[in-house]
Amino acid sequence: MNTTLVEANFVDERPPGLFRQALKLRRTQVGVVLSTLLITVALIGPFIAPFGSTEYVDMPNTLDVPGTLLGTDYFGQDVLSRFLFGGRTILILAVIATSIGITLGTTLGLTAAYLRGRYDEIIMRALDVVLSFPQVLLSLVVISMFGPSNVLIICTVGLSTTPRIARIIRGSAIGVVERDFISAAEAIGETRKRVVFSEVLPNVTSALLVEMNLRLTYSVGLIASLAFLGFTPEPNAANWGLMIQENRVALTEQPWGVILPTMALALMTIGTGLIGDGLSRVSAGIDRGGKGE
Amino acid sequence: MKTSILKFIVKRILLGVMTLFIVSLLIFAVTQALPSDPAEAILGREATPEALAALRAEYGLDKPLVSQYTHWLGGVITGDLGTSYATMTPVSEYISPRVSASFFLLLIAALGSIPLSIVIGANAALRRDGKFDTSSSLISLILAAMPEFVVGTILTVIFSTTIWQVLPAVTYLEVGAPPWSDIKGLALPVLTLLIAVTPYVSRVMRAAMVEVLESDYVEMARLKGMNERTVLWRHAMPNAVGPAFQVIALNLAYLAGGVIIVERLYNFPGIGSALADAVRSRDLPVIQYLALIIAGVYVITNLLADIGTVLVTPRLRTRLS
Amino acid sequence: MACRECLQVLIGVEKVNSGLRIINLRLNVAATGNDIVDEVNLTIEKGRVLGLVGESGSGKTTVGLAVLSHARRGVEIAHGEIYCAGTEVLGLDADAKRRIRGELVSYVPQDPASSLNPALRIGVQLMEVLEVHDFGGSSEARKARIKEMMAEVLLPTDDQYLERYPHQLSGGQQQRVGLAMAFACRPSVIVLDEPTTGLDVSTQEHVLKTIRQLTRDHGVAALYITHDLAVVADLADDVAVMYAGRVVEQGEVAEIFGNPAHPYTRHLVAAAPDIAGKKQIVGLSGRAPSPGKRPTGCSFAPRCELAADECREAFPPNVRISDAHSAACIKIGKRGETATQTSPSIQSVSQGDVIIEVRNVSAGYSGTTVVHDVSLTLRKGECLALVGESGSGKTTVSRAIGGLHREWTGSILLNGVPLRSAARQRSVEDRLGIQYVFQNPYGSLNPRRTVGDSIARPLLIAGISKSASRSQVLDVLDKVNLPNSYANKFPDQLSGGERQRVAIARALVSNPQVLVCDEVTSALDVLVQAAIVDLLGNLRKDLGLSMLFVTHNLPLVRSIADHVAVMSEGRIVEVGPSESVIGDPQQQYTRNLITATPSIERSLL
Repeated sequence: MNTTLVEANFVDERPPGLFRQALKLRRTQVGVVLSTLLITVALIGPFIAPFGSTEYVDMPNTLDVPGTLLGTDYFGQDVLSRFLFGGRTILILAVIATSIGITLGTTLGLTAAYLRGRYDEIIMRALDVVLSFPQVLLSLVVISMFGPSNVLIICTVGLSTTPRIARIIRGSAIGVVERDFISAAEAIGETRKRVVFSEVLPNVTSALLVEMNLRLTYSVGLIASLAFLGFTPEPNAANWGLMIQENRVALTEQPWGVILPTMALALMTIGTGLIGDGLSRVSAGIDRGGKGE
Repeated sequence: MKTSILKFIVKRILLGVMTLFIVSLLIFAVTQALPSDPAEAILGREATPEALAALRAEYGLDKPLVSQYTHWLGGVITGDLGTSYATMTPVSEYISPRVSASFFLLLIAALGSIPLSIVIGANAALRRDGKFDTSSSLISLILAAMPEFVVGTILTVIFSTTIWQVLPAVTYLEVGAPPWSDIKGLALPVLTLLIAVTPYVSRVMRAAMVEVLESDYVEMARLKGMNERTVLWRHAMPNAVGPAFQVIALNLAYLAGGVIIVERLYNFPGIGSALADAVRSRDLPVIQYLALIIAGVYVITNLLADIGTVLVTPRLRTRLS
Repeated sequence: MACRECLQVLIGVEKVNSGLRIINLRLNVAATGNDIVDEVNLTIEKGRVLGLVGESGSGKTTVGLAVLSHARRGVEIAHGEIYCAGTEVLGLDADAKRRIRGELVSYVPQDPASSLNPALRIGVQLMEVLEVHDFGGSSEARKARIKEMMAEVLLPTDDQYLERYPHQLSGGQQQRVGLAMAFACRPSVIVLDEPTTGLDVSTQEHVLKTIRQLTRDHGVAALYITHDLAVVADLADDVAVMYAGRVVEQGEVAEIFGNPAHPYTRHLVAAAPDIAGKKQIVGLSGRAPSPGKRPTGCSFAPRCELAADECREAFPPNVRISDAHSAACIKIGKRGETATQTSPSIQSVSQGDVIIEVRNVSAGYSGTTVVHDVSLTLRKGECLALVGESGSGKTTVSRAIGGLHREWTGSILLNGVPLRSAARQRSVEDRLGIQYVFQNPYGSLNPRRTVGDSIARPLLIAGISKSASRSQVLDVLDKVNLPNSYANKFPDQLSGGERQRVAIARALVSNPQVLVCDEVTSALDVLVQAAIVDLLGNLRKDLGLSMLFVTHNLPLVRSIADHVAVMSEGRIVEVGPSESVIGDPQQQYTRNLITATPSIERSLL
C-alpha cells in the first residue's frame, strides 16, 4: 500500500466527551429540552392525573365537562388523565427493549468483526434472517400466537432491534480491528474477551451512542405503533398509541383525545432524534480521528 | 467476465432461496411449533378439550411437526394455501387482491421516494452546510423520527379534518377493485409512506455524495478543468449510487413493514390490514402466508441491490472473475 | 518588508514569461484567518524543474494547488499573484479557471490509485480532458494524441488497454496514466505532488525518468513537491525549502545540498540517509508550529541552536548568498554544532550467540504462499535489516517471528527453542522475549487509553502489581526520552515521533531480548526518523538488544544495521554485512535496487 507521510497535525488538548461536544449544537439543546419535558410528563404524569386511568367521568366525547380541563374521551374517561397515564409504559418498555437490543447487538457485532471468517459469516447470515422481518411484522407474528404481554413486547422489540445494531457495530468495529493496536494487544497475550471488550469496544462508543439513541427513538415508535394497532396487554390501557386509535373516529368532536398523544409522541421522538443527530454530527469528527488515521 | 457475473447472480439467488427457506422455518416455528397451542389460540382458553381436539384434527395440527411443516411448505410452493380460519375462504383467494393493492401502494411510494431522495441528497451534498442542506437535514430528521401513524394522524388533522377538508381520511376501496379507482383516497397513504422513507434515503444519499465529492478523483476531475455538471454526473454519481442501492433496498423492505400501520390507519384494503385482522382473529394460515410474503420482499430487494451494486462497481465485477 | 526585496529580485528576471512565477502568495485557514503559507515567492523557467521540499504540514501541497488557482475546503487564497506562462491565474473568474486547468497548467496527484475515478475506464478519463479543452479539433486527432501520450509514458497504446479500469493497473502504471493526462494538452506549467511516494524504488526510477524527459522535451516549467531530498537532488534543477508555511531557502540544487545556508536546511540534509554516503544521520527534536501557533519571528527559532533575540522579533529577510541562492536567515555563515556532530557509529559487527534462528520458513495467506523457504540468523546485540520492496514478504516474515502471523511452516527458534506460531500459544517468557514495534504509530496505540496504561498492559498481564508497574512505566518513558508527565496523556495529544517513542517504550517494558521493528520510521518525517534511528541505536548499545529492522528504505540500512538481508518475491536474495552488501552487492537484484535508489551524493558528483 501507500506509505504516505502522516499529517503532523495533532491536538494539544483532549476534546471533551461526545455528549458535551454535542450539547454545544443548538439542535441537541432543543432535543434535550423536548426529551426531558416528555420523559417528565410520562414518568410524573400518573401521579398528578386528576382522575384514574380508566375512571368513568361523564358522557363520552364531551368537551365541556366540569372538573376536567379537556373533556372526556370516547369512553367517558378524562382525556387529560388518560394522557398523563399514557406515556409511562411506552417509555419503560422502550428503554428495556433497547437495552436488550444494544447488549445483544453489540456483543454479536463485535464478535463477528473480531473473529471474521466463518464465524462472522454465520452470525451475520443468522441476523440477516431476523432482519428480513420488518420489526412490526415480527412483533405481530409473535403476538398473534401468545397474546400481547409486556414481556413479549420487550422481547420481540429487543430481538428485532438486535441485528440492526449488530450490523452498525460490526461496521465500525471492522475498521478498529484492522488497526495495529489490536495486533499489539494480541502480541502481548491479551485474551480474546479482553481484546473485544477493552480494546475494540471503547473505540466504537461514539457509533454505539448514536445507535442507542436512534434505536430508542424507533423502539418508542414501534411500541406505540403496536398499541395503535390495538395490541396492549390490557384492552383499555392508557397508552398514547391506543388513545389515538380509540379517539380517531371522534376527531372533530373531541380533538384533544388525538392531538395530545400525537403531539406527545411526535415531540418525544423528535427530541431523541435531535439528540441522536447532534451526537452523530460530532462523532463524525471523532471517529475519523486525526488526519493520519 | 460475463460468465463470472452470471455465476455470481445464480449463487446470490440460491442464497436468497436459502434465506427464504430459513425464514419459512422460523415463521413455522413461531406460529405452529412453539409450545403455544394454535387451537387454543383460536378457540380461546375456555374451549372444551373435545372442541380443541376436533379443531386440531380438522387442520391437521395433531400430526407430527415435520409433516405439518412439509405439508405447509408444499402448499406454499404449489399455491394451495389452505383455508382461512376466520373467513372460511381459500387463503389465496382472500389474499391475492390485497397483495396487488399493497404492491401498487408500495410501488408508487418507492417510485416517488427514490428519485426524490437522490435529488434532495445530491443537492444537499453539493452545497454542503448551505441553507438547503441545513434545512433539509433538519426537516428530514424530524420526519424520520416520528412513527408512521403519528405522521399519518398529523396529516389527517391537517388535510382531512381540523384544518382543511381536502382529502379523505380513509380510502374507500372495494377489495379487488383496482387501487387507482380511488386516487384521492391513495393520496394520504402514499404521502405517509413517502415521508417515512424519503428522509432516511436522502440522508444516506447525501452522506455518500459528500464522501465522493471529497474524494481525490473528484478533486482531480476539477483540476483537469471538467465543468461542474460533468464532475457531478460522470465522476461523482456513479460512485455514490453503489452504496445507496443497499440502503434503498433496506428501506423498501422497511416500507413493507410500514405498510401494515399505514393501511390500518387509512383502512386501505391491503396485506397490512389483512395481517392486523388476521392477528386479531388468530387466522393462522393467513398470518403465515403474509409473513412469508413480507419477509420475501426484503430478501428479493436485498438480492437485487447486491446484484445492482456489483454491476455498477467495476472493481467488484473484476473481483468476481 | 522582506517580500518587497524578493519582488525586486524577481522582477529583474524577465525571461520567466513562459514559465511559472509566484509572487508574495499567502493562503489562510478560512475560519480563523491564520496563515497556512505566507510570503511565498518562486520562479521556474520553462524546461526547468523546481523541487519544493519540506516536512508534512509545511504547506507544499497548498502552494502547489494554488498554482492551479485551487484551494481545498477550509482554505482560502488571501493574496498574491501567480503567473503561468504570463497569465495571472488567481484573479480569473470561475469559468476561465476551469479553462486553464489541464490546458495551461496541470496537476499530477500524489496517490494515483485514489485520484483516478474507479468507475471510469482510463481511456475515457484521458479523452475527457482533451475534449473539455477542445484539443486537436477532431475526435481522430484526440485519439491520436492519446496514443502518442501513452507511448511517451511507456504504456501500451492499444485500444484494449485503454478500456481498462484503474484498479486493473499497477501503481506505477496508474501514475503513468496520471502523467499522460497531465501532459495531454501540452501545458506550460505542471505541478507534481509527490508523484512517486508509495512507489517502489525501481518503479520510482522509471517514473522520474519519464518526468525528466517530458519536462525537458516539451519545455514545461515543473513544480515538483516532495519530502524526499534525494529525489530532488536527482531530478530538480532548483530547490526551495519550506518550513512552517514559508520558503526559508532557495537556489540551485548543487548550492543547496553542497552549501546549505539556513539552519533548517542543514538539519534536513544532515538527517537524510544516503545510499552512497557513509555519514551518520542526525535528528532534531521538536516540531514545526502549526497555523495559528507560529511565532512572530522566525518559525524555526524555537528549534534553532543559533537563535538569538533578534531572530524572535521579526521574520528574517531574504539574504542573497549568490546569484542563484538565497535564505531567510540572519545567521547565515554561522555554523551550529548539530549539523556537523556525529554520534558514535555502530560498526560493531558482533559475533554473539544466535538468539533468533529462522529455519526454512514458508508462509502465506489462505493457501497462497508468499514467503518461500526463508532462513535467517539474528545474533545477540546485532541489528539485522530485512530489506525489500512492497510484496517481497519481509513483513510477513517479521510478523511470523512476532507471533502475529500464524500461517507458516518451518521453524523459528528463540535461544534454540522452537516457537509456537501464535503469540497467544507462546509461553509468557517467549512472548516477553520478542517485542514488536509497528509501522504506523497512529494505529498502534489504543486512542482510548493513556500512554501509561498502554505501556503497563504487558506487565499487568504478566501478573505484576499496578504500583510496581507504575515505576517501570516511568523508567521506560525515561529510556525513550519522554518526560514522566506523558504517562497521563492520550495518543492524540502526541506527535507522530512521540507516539513512536511510546510504542518503543511499550516494547521495552517487558525487557525483551529481541525487538522487531516493522518499518517504524516510514510514517515519520526525515528529522523525526533520524531521531528515532538514533534512539534505537542507543537502546541497542545500552540494553544489549538484538534487533530485526524491517524496511523498504535502503539508505537507512547503513545508518542502523550491521547485517542486511535483501528479500525479493518471498525469497532471500542476498545476506551479509551492511557495508559490503550495499557497497559491493553480489546479486543483480541488489545491484539494480541500489542503482535505482536516488542519492544526494551521487547526484552532486
